Amino acid sequence: MNRTVALWLAVGVIGFCALPWYVLDEGLWSFEWLTGGYPFDTDYAPALFLLLQGEKLWLAPLPVFLLLPLLAVGINSSQKPNQQPAHIGVRQKPGFSYILILAGALGLAYLLVQAFSIGIRGWNAEFLTQVFGELGDRQFGFGYGAMFVSVALLFFLTTGVAARGAVNGDVFIVGAIGFVIALVGMFILFPVLNMLSSAIQDTEGNYSLGVFFSKFFDDKIWGLHCLTENRSCGVAWNSLVLALCVGALTTLLGLVFALVATRSGLRQAHFLRPLTVLPIITPPFVIGLAIILLFGLSGAVTTFVAELIGVNPTRWIYGLPGILIAQLLSFTPIAFLVLIGVVEGVAPSIEEASQTLRASRWQTFRTVSLPLMRPGIANAFLLGFIESMADFGNPLVLGGNYDVLSTEIFFAIVGAQNDQGQAAVLAIVLLIFTLSAFYAQRRWLGKKSYTTQTGKGDSGIPTMLPKRVLWPSYLLVSIWSIFTIVVYGMIVYGGFVEIWGLDHTITLKHYKKAFGVAMTDNGFHFRGAAWDSFWTTLRIAATAAPLTAAVGLVTAYLLVRQNFAGKEAFEFGTMLSFAIPGTVIGVAYIMAFNVPPIELTGTGVILVLSFIFRNMPVGIRAGVASMSQLDKSLDEASLTLGANTWRTFREVILPLMKPAIVAALVFSFVRAMTAISAVIFLVSAEHNMATGYIIGRVENNDYGIAIAYSTVLIIVMLLVVVLTQLLVGKSKVIRRVAQ
Amino acid sequence: MKIKTTLGVAMLSILGAVNGNAMAAEKLTYYCSAQEDWCQLMATGFEEATGIKVNMTRKSSGETLAQLKAEASNPKGDIWWGGTGDPHLQAAEEGLTEVYESPMQGELHPWAIAQAESANNGTIGIYSGALGYGYNEEVLKANNLPEPACWKDLLKPEYKGHVQMANPNSSGTAYTTLATIVQLFGEDEGFEFMKGLHKNINQYTKSGSAPIKAAARGENTIGIVFMHDAVKQAATGFPIKVVAPCEGTGYEIGGMSIVKGARNVENAKKFYDWALAADVQSRSLEVKSFQVMSNKAAKSSPMAPDLSKLTLIDYDFKKYGSKAERTRLLKKWDDEVSVLSQ
Repeated sequence: MNRTVALWLAVGVIGFCALPWYVLDEGLWSFEWLTGGYPFDTDYAPALFLLLQGEKLWLAPLPVFLLLPLLAVGINSSQKPNQQPAHIGVRQKPGFSYILILAGALGLAYLLVQAFSIGIRGWNAEFLTQVFGELGDRQFGFGYGAMFVSVALLFFLTTGVAARGAVNGDVFIVGAIGFVIALVGMFILFPVLNMLSSAIQDTEGNYSLGVFFSKFFDDKIWGLHCLTENRSCGVAWNSLVLALCVGALTTLLGLVFALVATRSGLRQAHFLRPLTVLPIITPPFVIGLAIILLFGLSGAVTTFVAELIGVNPTRWIYGLPGILIAQLLSFTPIAFLVLIGVVEGVAPSIEEASQTLRASRWQTFRTVSLPLMRPGIANAFLLGFIESMADFGNPLVLGGNYDVLSTEIFFAIVGAQNDQGQAAVLAIVLLIFTLSAFYAQRRWLGKKSYTTQTGKGDSGIPTMLPKRVLWPSYLLVSIWSIFTIVVYGMIVYGGFVEIWGLDHTITLKHYKKAFGVAMTDNGFHFRGAAWDSFWTTLRIAATAAPLTAAVGLVTAYLLVRQNFAGKEAFEFGTMLSFAIPGTVIGVAYIMAFNVPPIELTGTGVILVLSFIFRNMPVGIRAGVASMSQLDKSLDEASLTLGANTWRTFREVILPLMKPAIVAALVFSFVRAMTAISAVIFLVSAEHNMATGYIIGRVENNDYGIAIAYSTVLIIVMLLVVVLTQLLVGKSKVIRRVAQ
Repeated sequence: MKIKTTLGVAMLSILGAVNGNAMAAEKLTYYCSAQEDWCQLMATGFEEATGIKVNMTRKSSGETLAQLKAEASNPKGDIWWGGTGDPHLQAAEEGLTEVYESPMQGELHPWAIAQAESANNGTIGIYSGALGYGYNEEVLKANNLPEPACWKDLLKPEYKGHVQMANPNSSGTAYTTLATIVQLFGEDEGFEFMKGLHKNINQYTKSGSAPIKAAARGENTIGIVFMHDAVKQAATGFPIKVVAPCEGTGYEIGGMSIVKGARNVENAKKFYDWALAADVQSRSLEVKSFQVMSNKAAKSSPMAPDLSKLTLIDYDFKKYGSKAERTRLLKKWDDEVSVLSQ
């Protein structure tokens, strides 16, 4: 029998016969079920035992689909597709593939239909009750058993599709595609569509387009009063103006930084990297708080300048200026990280060629280097735009009356109005903006090739920047760096004073309160109030990071290197999550995963999942950017030498992508520790994250602990960044070094 | 190898079937709608006092009400403590809470009992706080402004750009303010007041207590908030002066209810009685909560406003807590006040 099929058959059978079918009340990692009456207790029973006891009889058809592939045993030959070069194509006998496809597709369909039709209160829909009568029974969310069975059925399907010859019959590629599609469908499309459907519901739950239109075209969203009177404009315009400014400025700053870091020949340039990393590893709010203390009504700079020029201090920082400054500080480094990879990836040999043809440095820069950096520039702008749209912490602290979509969404849900429909409508507006930006970016990049690194040896030494670019760059970089240093100096200082901005007596009390430890006779105790959320955060971030990187890079590989039917749609699906701001994901998740079949609210798993799918795009972007610079001849060489796609991916592509892997790992870890926009909806008492705790302190006006905690987080993340760099190492693209 | 594993699992499962029920520990699922550290204090306090394991979830009172409704057929919570009283009353009205008459009722303030009576003992008052405002003395002085003492003082043109309140659409505190003004001055005059106030407002914040926190930091001058929130800032050391408006003011009552059909109803009752005891309620000062507690013997801070000395309006919780009235007032505020230019 085909080894792949046998493997998934085993997984499915174990899931059906041996693992608890429904979700465990005690949590995914508790093993109480082993001693709590398993396998007969209906809370813990595997599906097989449920059926044997005459319970949940609607699960009965599932084993049929699971065991269907056994029929294929006779049909399939001794062929072992994995031992043949995949690109040659292994077409199996049609019966084999049909049986697998049938088993997989029908099985999955049935599994989902039963899961969505029967919920906690019996039938989920009115018409089902009418057709079948009262059920008198109910079911909870998917547990281990259901998970295993779904996975098995999914891979039956993909193996069957591969056997029919899709993507040259490559089981690994088809399986990977199917897996990514399933994940994206389950954790992005489903929650988002589910949420959008609530936009067309009125408060009684009836569907009505009128409600949607009256909400959507509301004056509060699209009003343009700020042009004519002393009132603020609609939130949509506010968000758009802000995001455009932030996207453009962060891209510009990021590019300048990347150029100075790689092409200035400046010795000091290497200290730019740690400096630019700082804002990324900074928990939300902190920058906003520091900016208030500098530029607020009673801020140091404001009072100083006001006295100097003899006017009354104003609240000028609250609104667009404040958010813009804070977001520039926070997001420029993201643009930098995206652009540095691309700037480094432009092979100097091409620039050398340009100069050999007598182009000046400026001409070379403008007509050769800059156009080659287009993918990076477009990505950086898009990231800045979306980050700004989704940003939640800075507008909350500095927004004043300048309302933006992300905060409005938040307050539509948690505020006194508790109006999910309104939140969904605002989320749709937000989505329209981000998706349009995404589309515009794709149009701008077009189908040109940006490949410059090939497997063909040496590619030269980077050229220096032309002077007219260099000097303005230095100036910008210096201003930004000094500002950053001042802001961070204040933050560190703020953790050590009694009351930041009021009583500047030096004290350690905030650190003691947050991170106190004690030795007693019973051993070592973590007494501080912050330890709990600190460990949770570390655990969840460490779980999410490698998963994010893996999903992201595999997807990137499929997108760049493989051709298959429906690739465009696949790409759109994976990129969709790129365009969905965290606030929207957060709202969508609580709405979708609060009820069976996927019951996740209040668990740590939902946090991990939200991080994976929220940060996956960065993994994909990093992977796509660096992979499109690796020449395809490298893969082809490996395939010609007899390796299959999995081995090529593992031994050729992955090692060349170390920088992208490091970027994805570090980024997703750090983001998991500092994220707030989605997290704020998903944390629970048991699984509180550091950022959730910090918000609580900020809301309490307890800046001392918030700042002390943030400082500790910054240090931890710095350590992680440095350690990952050391462990994974730099990529070994061989290049001459300037003497 | 495989057989051994199977055997092991089977053995375990038999053991489990025998032990399963005996192992269940005493526990209590606790929904909390007050501020985090107070919730935590109550949870650990109860664990220490009784040895019952507490599973706490903190959510706003609106969210908790939504959760109770969703779980009505399969209640997961046992007790719901804290948060403004309206949702508690609403839950009682909809039969989501257990009727329980605590032996502690004799020790409570009349307003706490009144809350219980209006819901046929489906909920009870645990604390109350009056609305008012606070100002930053230093900022006031720096701007040469007179000290305000009444609601109507806030309409004076010299306070333009110095007053902050939360947006009633997003904050329960601000809605209480709106409802208080309407009850105090009558609807027409009340809305004229809100329009006048609008001219002086520098920002409608999202969260209810943000105005006084901004004032504490010197980022704002006057914040309209619950007085206990203002007291908290003063107690922390900020130069905040608390004002009980001379015309009288409205208030909120924080509630506590037992979930109907609670799995651990006996433990919930234990918590209920425990939470009404004087020494437990006195501990609210540890987390700087300056509300007036419902037990007459509970200690209060000398800084906390004394409800008996305030002119309190006869706040109609039933009417102004109802969804219809709330929606109507908010819409009117949206249409008539928030659209004015400042």
